[in-house]
Amino acid sequence: MKKPVEKNAGKNRKVQEWRRERSLLFLYSPLLSFFLGILLAFLLSSLLISWVGASPLLAFKALILGAFGSLNGFTETLVKATPLMLTGLGLCVAFRSKVWNIGAEGQIHLGALATTLMGIYLPWFPSFISLPLTGLAGFFAGGLWAAIPGWLKIRWGVNEIITTLMMNYIAILGINYAVHVPLKEPGGFLPQSALIQPSVELPILVERTRLHAGILLGIAGAGALHILLARTTLGYQIQVVGLNPDAGRYSGIPVGKIILIAMVLSGGFAGLAGMGEIAGVHHRLLENFSPGYGYTAIVVALLAHLKPLAVILVSMLFAALIVGADTMQRVAGVPNSLVLIIESLIVLFVLGSRSLFHVRYPLLFVKDNEHKTTDGKLRIS
Amino acid sequence: MVGVLASGVRLAVPILLAALGEIFSERAGILNIGIEGEMLVGALAGFLGTFYTHHVGLGFLIGMGASGVFSLIMGFITITLKEDQVITGIILNILALGLTSFVYRALFGTSRTPPSIKPLTPLKIPALGDIPYLGTILFHQNPLVYLAFLLVPVSAWILFKTQFGLNLRAVGEHPRAADTLGVPVERMRYIAVMLGGIFSGLGGCFLTLAQLNRFTDNITAGRGFIAIAAVIFGKWNPYGVAVATLLFGIADGLQLRLQALGTRLPYQFLLMLPYLLTIVALIGIVGKSKPPAALAVPYQKDN
Repeated sequence: MKKPVEKNAGKNRKVQEWRRERSLLFLYSPLLSFFLGILLAFLLSSLLISWVGASPLLAFKALILGAFGSLNGFTETLVKATPLMLTGLGLCVAFRSKVWNIGAEGQIHLGALATTLMGIYLPWFPSFISLPLTGLAGFFAGGLWAAIPGWLKIRWGVNEIITTLMMNYIAILGINYAVHVPLKEPGGFLPQSALIQPSVELPILVERTRLHAGILLGIAGAGALHILLARTTLGYQIQVVGLNPDAGRYSGIPVGKIILIAMVLSGGFAGLAGMGEIAGVHHRLLENFSPGYGYTAIVVALLAHLKPLAVILVSMLFAALIVGADTMQRVAGVPNSLVLIIESLIVLFVLGSRSLFHVRYPLLFVKDNEHKTTDGKLRIS
Repeated sequence: MVGVLASGVRLAVPILLAALGEIFSERAGILNIGIEGEMLVGALAGFLGTFYTHHVGLGFLIGMGASGVFSLIMGFITITLKEDQVITGIILNILALGLTSFVYRALFGTSRTPPSIKPLTPLKIPALGDIPYLGTILFHQNPLVYLAFLLVPVSAWILFKTQFGLNLRAVGEHPRAADTLGVPVERMRYIAVMLGGIFSGLGGCFLTLAQLNRFTDNITAGRGFIAIAAVIFGKWNPYGVAVATLLFGIADGLQLRLQALGTRLPYQFLLMLPYLLTIVALIGIVGKSKPPAALAVPYQKDN
């Protein structure tokens, strides 16, 4: 406070120089680290591929052709991208407010349950009434499931990481029970519910494929959330709560309410993903209908830098990996679990290179208060 | 009932081991969600070690070593690079799931008869094992069961009675103060994360080498998460955590028994119990017991 003026001026000039230099890195590094991560992940996994005695080039060719090489492959990629996209979008909202919602998997299950109940018990309406109603039900089922840990957090300060994680298991076990007992198809043998009525099914976009209208919901949702986060007061408040809840509180932002809204939105989108899976793909509730979409979506949201529009692309990339990996397994004999390895390696390398680009530089002048926010935690923008 | 309790004790062991590791990790300020993955790595490595060396003891060592090395990834990213612990933990779980499944398939393919190993045999403790009921429940178990329960007081002693334990807790409560006093914060955190990895690996080994005699994909099935729950439930104290894991283990044993008996009572609700209890405990405990103050906060040396 009472430091000599000249000294500060000199320091400020230096800081400004640094900042100019660094701004270039800030501009390039998210994309740079993203591609670097992908490159390194593929390099490392080609080692694994050669270890199982396959040719990495052939394997990757099979992966790409499997995901994009045919109409069936490409639409299947979009089908898998839909739940990742919807769930990832919701997580962008929660993570921006620094609420660690790890419970998307459970919220997807709740959305699926609500959709099934609507599909079985809703009296017949034309689709244009049934579908929106079902969508709302899915959204609110997921949203309410997410609101519980949100409420526990603001009411008692209970750590949401643990509660959302625990609630995943509760939801999955609940669905497991539902398809075994109360919702089990009458007279059926398998643990699955009866088929939902056709008026609740999402329309198929390309004939003879499984591509359903859910993807449109995802793209529209991305646009809506982009506007919400970038242009509205609520979006700004979510951002502030994420960066510094205390500052938010002092400036009159109802922090608790914002956290709750963020949770409901993120759970709601996960619920929509569950709705898409039942109304668009399976048309009935069954166990293991989600192969961990809720967890992969966390990775998707993070790699997209919590930007809704980027979620569209990243979710397609990950879906392509999932679909391509099956082809790779068939054609090149590479176990499809490789895709999990590639996914996680991409993120690990992105995290690593991001640290190199972002954290090291602010470290050089940590006394400059502005940089305290770039403390190596999840970057918001 | 004796059977249920005995199997409950046995089922509690892998969770207990992982939870003990997690205590060290969390006490040092690292919320390690990746222990599920570390358990998986330990389970596979221990299995492979035993399968190829035909020696269970070596298998255990290899399993613990592998998960210890695996936990270094967690350490490097969260301690050295100071990235977010939650993200890293989740990623490590996905990595371990993929890696173990990939390696297993690469080595054994998809054969109809899965390879298995000769498991660790139960060891009856001479005099104590003859006590009716209690003997069967407590003293007719795997040697590792005894080791796991022995590790409870040992861990408590290390944490609360040694200089090392004091330093470790200081690093988790107030890293800056610890640093000022000359405690090497980063090194302590690395050691704690490694301890977590080694303990989890041992827990994972228990699954493949003492319980199931073989490896299957995702063999841990969420036990790592239950361990995290047990740590909260047991208030970051080895004794409390042991009680919590025993409760979870017995609930699990009961559930298995009910499933075998084919009762109408839905076993899914029993399976939910640990998770529900944890949430309730979190609500009830807050105020009475707080997690380490610097949990999940990366430490940044100020200069």
